[in-house]
Order: sequence, then structure tokens, then C-alpha cells
Amino acid sequence: MTSELKVSLWRGGASGHYQVFAVPLRENQTVLDVVTYVQRHLDPTLAYRFACRVGVCGSCAMTVNGRPRWTCRSRVSKVVEDGSLEIGPLENLPVIKDLATDMTVFFEKWRDAKGVFTPTRTRHDDIEAIAPGSPARLAADAAIECINCGVCYAACDTVRWNENYLGPAALNRAWTLVNDGRDGANAARLEAVASGGGCHACHSHQSCTEHCPQALNPTASIAGLKRRTVRAWLTGEIKSRKAGRAG
Amino acid sequence: MIARTARRLDHRKDLLWLAALLHRLSGLGLAVFLPLHFLTLGLAIDGEARLEGFLRWSDAPAVKIGEGVLMFLLAVHALGGLRLLAVENLPWHDGQKRHAAMAAGVAAAVAVVFLAWLL
Amino acid sequence: MNVSLYVWQRATAVAMAPMIVVHVAVIFYATRHGITAADILARTRGSVGWGAFYAAFVLAVSIHAGIGIRTILDEWSPLDDRHAGIAAAVFGLALFGLGMRAIAAVVMP
Repeated sequence: MTSELKVSLWRGGASGHYQVFAVPLRENQTVLDVVTYVQRHLDPTLAYRFACRVGVCGSCAMTVNGRPRWTCRSRVSKVVEDGSLEIGPLENLPVIKDLATDMTVFFEKWRDAKGVFTPTRTRHDDIEAIAPGSPARLAADAAIECINCGVCYAACDTVRWNENYLGPAALNRAWTLVNDGRDGANAARLEAVASGGGCHACHSHQSCTEHCPQALNPTASIAGLKRRTVRAWLTGEIKSRKAGRAG
Repeated sequence: MIARTARRLDHRKDLLWLAALLHRLSGLGLAVFLPLHFLTLGLAIDGEARLEGFLRWSDAPAVKIGEGVLMFLLAVHALGGLRLLAVENLPWHDGQKRHAAMAAGVAAAVAVVFLAWLL
Repeated sequence: MNVSLYVWQRATAVAMAPMIVVHVAVIFYATRHGITAADILARTRGSVGWGAFYAAFVLAVSIHAGIGIRTILDEWSPLDDRHAGIAAAVFGLALFGLGMRAIAAVVMP
């Protein structure tokens, strides 16, 4: 067993290279520990992003040995291959520097999918009674724990191949709101997810579901949106727009 | 500018991704085959002799194996498509990978039976 | 891919599922019995049934394959959305034309 890890880290922006560092191997180590070691002891110019370091914020997501993961929740012993790690920024997003990506487009698509709660009551009205066991609430609850880490977006080849595709996270959130009885924006939301680049672009690869660190199932949420929008279109509730994201 | 920095994309080793790739490639293969298929049948416009000539050419073992491949493409694309319709319209069920593997397996069996049927 | 293309894609798929079963059965039968062109044409010439069945099949597959090709061009080729749609529509129409010609070839008396 080697006492050192061979760690390749992406340096640069859209163009760049992998730089190799030697990092001491410890008995209990996460990938985030490794990246932090490099920045603190070997190269202070390394740029990377993290916050909570305990698996609740989703900020530290990177590509590790070919898969997008939360680095704080990735034990080196579990992901290391032949004593080496290859760590890069999340795929499908512009790179700011090294391991930090620009997530603007991820959140723009969130907005374009109408993934924002639109209230129908004010503080002066009675609280709306939502039965926790109702099928709609159960469907929303199953998908509600998304913390926008971007792992699913990075894992998705449809995102990679189709720049208009809103992506699994945005559509998953739209699904929770479609099922939220308090929300008043469903007409616009269904139009948004039924247009080009919406839920129908999903091919059910299920890479999103496979990689989600919160064990969510965006494929199932998107399937729900497909059913809901087909019904809406057949009944004339929505029209279809061929064009992509309206913004 | 979206960066492509990863030197490997391991999600492409996952079974359901491969099933989707097979579905796409089989569809593409069938789409390329169909115009040729229609043109061949159109030979009958000139009377049966030309169509007969083609059918006898297609008796050759190499062509028969090609037809077996086409049979596989058709079966795997149709069964994979049914799997997708189930994913999209039936209540969510786990065991997806099993179903995808079964679809491919049954399609291969259909193609093998077809080839054996000819012998 | 939007909701209307999706509906047409899935609907033609569902319509073709039983047609494929029939077609594969026909192929098995024909190849087992070493069928000749004359045998085929004797069965198809003047047949309204076969004509209608395969006309429906050709229509469905032209729509289905056209939309499928559109998606592939959109995702895997440099063509933009609009041009992918045009190319796919041309392909679908060509397929429909060739298919109906083939049916006419074997059904017309």
C-alpha cells in the first residue's frame, strides 16, 4: 500500500491541463481533504469551492475519476483507483478556474422551468390545508430535497448534447411545484416544461438518478411532467411551442 | 464556453445509459435500412423477375446473417421502446436494469430463432 | 423535442407495436416457406387488406423515424434546431414516398 496518492487536478479554464500532485495518504480521508491539502500545502493558486464539508450544502461537487460527486462525502478509499485520483470541475458548465464552475446557466434554467413558488394567498388569508398523505403532496415530498448541487446536471448527456435542455434539477423542481396545491403558476410552468428543451427532451438515461447524492429520482419527476403536459396539451390547456428556452 | 475537461465519463458504463445508446443506434440502423427495403420492394414495379432476382441473391448466408442483425435491431428497438413507455407512463418501479437487460436478451433470442428458423 | 412531437412519436410507436408483431410473423412465415417473388405478389396483388395494413405502417414509421432522426441530428450533428427539423422532415417525406411506392408496386394489380 502506497503512502502517497497521485492526484491529477484540472488547472485552467475551458482550456488547461491536468497537474499532478503527491498527497500523503491517510487512513480516513475524503476527496475534499485531498484537494484542501493541495491548496494549503502545495499550491495556493488552486481554485476550488466548498462550504459545509459535511454533506448538506452541495457546494463541493466535482468530477472524481469520471463521475460527478460531492467530494466531502467521497472517501478516498472508496474512489481511489491504483493509488490515483483524477479530479476536475463538474462537466456541462463553464469553468471559472480550476475546479470551480460557473453555475449561472444552471440557475437560469431553474428560472426558465418556472421552478419558483408563486403564492396564491397572503398573510391575511387562512393557511391552505394540504393533506400530507395526498398523492400530490407525496409526489412533491419525494422530490423536494434537492439542494441544487449540480451533480445531476453534470452527469446528464442530454444536457451535454442539447444546449436548450432545462436539465434534471430544474425539471425535478418544476414537478414539485406542479404538485403543490398552494402554487398559482402552473399554466406558465406547464408551457415552459412542454416547449423545446423541456421534459420531453429527456431520454431516461437515468444518470441523474444514479448520481444524485440525495437519492432523488429526477427521471421519475420528469416522467410525471411528461404525463401531465401530454394531458394538458391534448385538452388544450397548453399550446406547444417549438422554440427553446424563452428566458 | 462550456468546458470539456473530464478525460473519462464513467456514467457511460451504466447499463441504462448503454440501453439508451442501443435504442438510438438500432433506430438509426433501421432508419438507414428502410429506404433500401422500400426500393427493393419497388423492384416489383418492373414485374416479378427483378424482385425474384433480389430474393435469390438474398438467400446467400452472408445476407441472411445481415437479416438476422436487422431482426435483432427491430426487436431490441421495439422492446426498448416499450420499456421507455413503461418508465414514462406506469407507476415508478425499481428493477429497471433488469428489464433493460431482459429486453436486449429477448431481442437477441428472437434474432437467433430467426436464423435457426432458416436452417 | 416538445410536447407535440413527443405525442406523435409515442403514439406512432404504440400504433406500430402490434404491426411489428404481424410483420415479424409474416417474415418468419415467408422465409420458412422459401417464398418466391411470385408467391408474395400472388398474395399481395389486389389485396385491399395488405395494402391498408402496410399503408398505415408506412405512415406511422415515416412520422416516427422522422422525429427520431430529428432528435439525433439535434443532439449529435452541428445542425441547429430549425435545420435539423427541415432535414428530418425531408427524410420523413422521402420515406413515406418510397414506402407508398413500394406498396403500390406489390399491391396494384
